[in-house]
Amino acid sequence: MTALLEVEHVAVQIGGLVAVADLSFTVEEGQVVSLIGPNGAGKTTAFNAITGYMRPRQGRIRFRGQDLAGLSPERIAALGLVRSFQRTSIFGPCTVFENARMALHLRGESGLLGALLRLPGMRREEARLREEAFAMLDFVGLTARAEVTADSLAYGEQRRLGIALAAAAAPQLLLLDEPAAGLNPSETAECMALIRQLRDRGTTILLVEHDMAMVMRISDRIVVLNQGRIIADGPPAEIREDPEVIRAYLGTSREVPHAAA
Amino acid sequence: MSAVFGWLFVAAMAAVPVVFPDPYVLSVLTSAGIFIIGAISLNLLLGYTGQLSLGHAAFFGLGAYASALVSLGFDIGIGFGLRLRLDPQPVFVGFLAGIAVAGAFGWLLGRLAFRVRGAYFVVITICFAQVLRMVALNWVELTQGPMALIGIPPASLWLPGQGVVPLYTKPQSFWLVLGVGTLAFLLVRQVVQSRIGRALVALRENETLARSVGIRVTHYLVIATVLSAGIAGAAGSLFAHYVRIIDPDVFLFIYTVTMVIMVITGGKGTLWGPVVGGLIFGLMPDLLRGSAPPEAQWIAYGVLMILLVMFLPRGIVPAVAGLLPARRRPAPAIAAMVEPAP
Repeated sequence: MTALLEVEHVAVQIGGLVAVADLSFTVEEGQVVSLIGPNGAGKTTAFNAITGYMRPRQGRIRFRGQDLAGLSPERIAALGLVRSFQRTSIFGPCTVFENARMALHLRGESGLLGALLRLPGMRREEARLREEAFAMLDFVGLTARAEVTADSLAYGEQRRLGIALAAAAAPQLLLLDEPAAGLNPSETAECMALIRQLRDRGTTILLVEHDMAMVMRISDRIVVLNQGRIIADGPPAEIREDPEVIRAYLGTSREVPHAAA
Repeated sequence: MSAVFGWLFVAAMAAVPVVFPDPYVLSVLTSAGIFIIGAISLNLLLGYTGQLSLGHAAFFGLGAYASALVSLGFDIGIGFGLRLRLDPQPVFVGFLAGIAVAGAFGWLLGRLAFRVRGAYFVVITICFAQVLRMVALNWVELTQGPMALIGIPPASLWLPGQGVVPLYTKPQSFWLVLGVGTLAFLLVRQVVQSRIGRALVALRENETLARSVGIRVTHYLVIATVLSAGIAGAAGSLFAHYVRIIDPDVFLFIYTVTMVIMVITGGKGTLWGPVVGGLIFGLMPDLLRGSAPPEAQWIAYGVLMILLVMFLPRGIVPAVAGLLPARRRPAPAIAAMVEPAP
């Protein structure tokens, strides 16, 4: 299998704080990989560095072999790497349907001329985008809510919409930042089902999540981060037994005697 | 439905010079129309990208001066013993030049808006208009400074079978402004109801999220500012050839404020907002003129503005649209299809 995403010795500093010290891992095509670790381990920072919202101080990030250094989030998205956000992130005052259409930006290409003249190609594209938007809403179970504003959705629905927006343009690699945060058990189950369906459609997924039951069940591989460093990397069964991981989660150890496996 | 209403409105307006051939009414409507075009252009920026340009009169003034100078011709020194000379051109060339010059400065401002947003953008736009006013005041060789550019030719139109016809009369000027205004409205509508418009609204509502789904910030802000500035330049050009004299006061802050008030009271981010706000604030000063002393007029004007902003913060058009029977049907939430977890 080829590595879709390669992260090599990445370090990120926020002000004087070293948020990520030395991060190296790969994500293989077709897998669900989880990035876990205690609060403040640097998971979201790693996401920000990969998707271009933060500049790493050191190291190299490659997506499909291409170096992402210096690329803006929108360029990285256009390459097929899209993320969701930890805090609910939607276009609040717009309708759910409009949200979906905005997120399909990369699925269209019409520009100013097309917009002004309403050429047949542009009309066809608009019709196709409308269908894709409905398909996306159908996929996350929000079709019935298409005409309400995103603000007025229930919390669980907003989270689902957030995932839908990130997945809308059918990226090759989808980074999900705590998709199940604040969800009740049945909503978490729905969320998990959704991630599986996305994987089955051919989307590779890198997941940051605190719900360990979900992580253990859904991941093909788990990368464990503590204090900016990787302390374990392997399949769920292996991670569950890893003494280093257990120690990090129980909070008894401050020193990390060895680096990534 | 809305389109039918729109064309009825245009038809009703077009009939005004026939039904009320009163020159005073027509001149009031023509000036209001020119400012409505300015408000339509400002709305693209303020309403759809969320960027407040408090120097919008700069584009209006640039359009007015560029158009007037191209149709009058000029011959100026540009340093190093070189001279720049242009013979008087037909008015439509001036009109296009007005749009092009304003659009070019809009491009500059759009590039800048990428680096500075919010309050900083507002301050820069104010400075931009002030600097242009200073240039217009002091570059006497080109602009005649405070003596004003005079003798600007009236707009002209090429008509089949009649050649180029100058538009001297009030009804002609009015129809011209109505025509350009309709074009400006349609242009903004086409842009807003397209993939570009969705990108602009996405950037306005949540820039971080918009970028994450691949919307290029600079690209779309530049498109919006160039179009907005170009339309404002067209309005300025119409103004120059209608009043036929312009001085550096076209860059005054009050013109920008007038356009901002029209957009905000009418409803920013709605297509009809600038038209409705523009009709109210473009016509009211003249409607009150006969019946109240100027001081009372200004007080009434101010009170109405405060009341509108207090009670209809989103503007008149969204408020009226909210009164119409709601199209939203409350639908029962359908749970997502859930696969049984293993």
